[in-house]
Amino acid sequence: MSIDTRPVAPRRDATPTAPRRGRPARRRRSPGNPVAGFGSLIWLLIVLVPLYTLVSASLMHQDEALNGDPLAIPTDPTLDNYNTVLDSGFLTLIGNTAIVAVATVAIVLVLSVPVAYVAVRTRSRLSSLAFRTFLLGVAIPAQAVIVPLYLMIGKMGLYDTLWAIILPTAAFAMPVAVLVLSGTMRDVSEEMYEAMSLDGASPVRMLWQLAVPLSRAGISTVAIFSALQAWNGFLFPLILTQSEEQRVLTLGLFNFMSQFGVNIPAVLAAIVLSVIPIFAVYLVARRALINGLMGVGGK
Amino acid sequence: MSHHTPVAKRHGDRKAAVGNVGRPPVAWAVPGILFFAVFAIVPLAIAVYLSFCEWDGLNSPTLTGLDNWTRLFKDSEFGQAAWLSLLLTTVSWLFQTPVALLLGVWAAGRQRSRAFLSAIFFIPLLLSTTAIAMLFHALLDPNFGVIQTIGPWLGIDPNVMGSSTGALLVVAFVGGWQFMPFHTLIYQGGARQIPEVLYQAASIDGAGMVRQFFHITLPQLRHTMTTSSVLMIVGSLTYFDTVLIMTKGGPGTDTTILPYLMYRTGFQTYDLGYAAAIATALVVVATSISLLMVRLSGFGSMRSTREGM
Repeated sequence: MSIDTRPVAPRRDATPTAPRRGRPARRRRSPGNPVAGFGSLIWLLIVLVPLYTLVSASLMHQDEALNGDPLAIPTDPTLDNYNTVLDSGFLTLIGNTAIVAVATVAIVLVLSVPVAYVAVRTRSRLSSLAFRTFLLGVAIPAQAVIVPLYLMIGKMGLYDTLWAIILPTAAFAMPVAVLVLSGTMRDVSEEMYEAMSLDGASPVRMLWQLAVPLSRAGISTVAIFSALQAWNGFLFPLILTQSEEQRVLTLGLFNFMSQFGVNIPAVLAAIVLSVIPIFAVYLVARRALINGLMGVGGK
Repeated sequence: MSHHTPVAKRHGDRKAAVGNVGRPPVAWAVPGILFFAVFAIVPLAIAVYLSFCEWDGLNSPTLTGLDNWTRLFKDSEFGQAAWLSLLLTTVSWLFQTPVALLLGVWAAGRQRSRAFLSAIFFIPLLLSTTAIAMLFHALLDPNFGVIQTIGPWLGIDPNVMGSSTGALLVVAFVGGWQFMPFHTLIYQGGARQIPEVLYQAASIDGAGMVRQFFHITLPQLRHTMTTSSVLMIVGSLTYFDTVLIMTKGGPGTDTTILPYLMYRTGFQTYDLGYAAAIATALVVVATSISLLMVRLSGFGSMRSTREGM
């Protein structure tokens, strides 16, 4: 699919020879649908009011937030709440989450690239069976396997380690990864493979010097998608880890909720801090992030 | 992609000349397949096995035959949870589909303001489900007065989380708040693929905007709608973080949907065999719905992820 939100540079095609999906210059019916236009303004309020409160109340003193008007602009903005959060082991949470995210991305890429490549470049029954398995895998909810995973991770001696989060998270990111990667690799033209094979290139060299470089867009989509799964995952850490040393961001946030209790500004500050890294990525690499969030759709 | 098909056929003929030189060995895919199998497929099989066992999480599971399953079909809590899951899924679909459809079609236009608003609409998708559930938990906290201030304007009871219907609607709303940008983008992509000629022809025939929407936009978006609906349905069947954080299944058990019932049974009362039976039931429902929708939309035979979106 093409998600073409305007002010972004046009997507590069996978290969120069790939036929361009024509999108003739067209003028939408102007001046636009007033009902939808009005609706979009309402939705804007629905999106912005919670976000505004999130940020503004996180800068308030506790009394002001609880006794004053929570929608007002903070009279005496303070960063105290942020200090409270940072003093409560927030950096450990970020560190653990970063380790989980990096390891997940590495495993997903190392394992999915060859699967996608084989699925695209061979026509054996086995590879199409594997492809179909991954296609179905998209529909397996994590909740369905959490009880057996609890058993397996325990037997493997991995309970309460970061591996307990990394391994299942990576496995559950693989179906989308394989789908997206085989989508991009399929667009690498057959002529280029033929040219390389006439030059006597080995499959390894074709993968490394042709398929991978031309699938950069898909690879970055997959990397961001898996990183987000790891960053935002909740169920696996909740069930498969326990101690404070192994705690990741989402679980840490959840614990802050009971730890800070009625100190709502501190809870909000923790939420803001947890979003900052992703927000930074959004500002610098908007398209890659959108594609990553769209998972299957992003290409 | 349909326009690739003839090209692919031509290559098929030429393949004989090049032979199988440069084709990767299938063995390359084995590590990835094994890894996925160990952490996703094998656990599914074990879940089915455990659903015939009694297991407290400490001792070894012992086979008890069909006990869990006969219990499941008689259990009124399971019945309620299944009903609530269905209800939540329906409410979510009814809320998200029209809004995402309208926003998506609207955002498919080219005005600069639309791109700017779309960028703002996108923000909720950046937050984790945990963060969003906690944010709305705080906003609805009676101590923190946002709901006291805004609620009366909108006719919302400040104690909305205390009522069964209210709590369920809040969970559906919070899920929609998070995933609306996702579905909006899907519809936006779909709407941009509709040939402009259709609208021009309709205008010449004197069809108004509303007629154009119902006679061109909607029918043209039917595949997009299937895609979006599958993702919506499977997504809302598995809302768990939101329920755990916002309602803990309450008030009473009135937002205890299947995944939450499974969690409570498995990891709070440590009746893991029965939890496995609930999980198996959940996966059967989720996969049959998506298989059905995939079949209806022909998604499985697609050659590219772009198609149908």
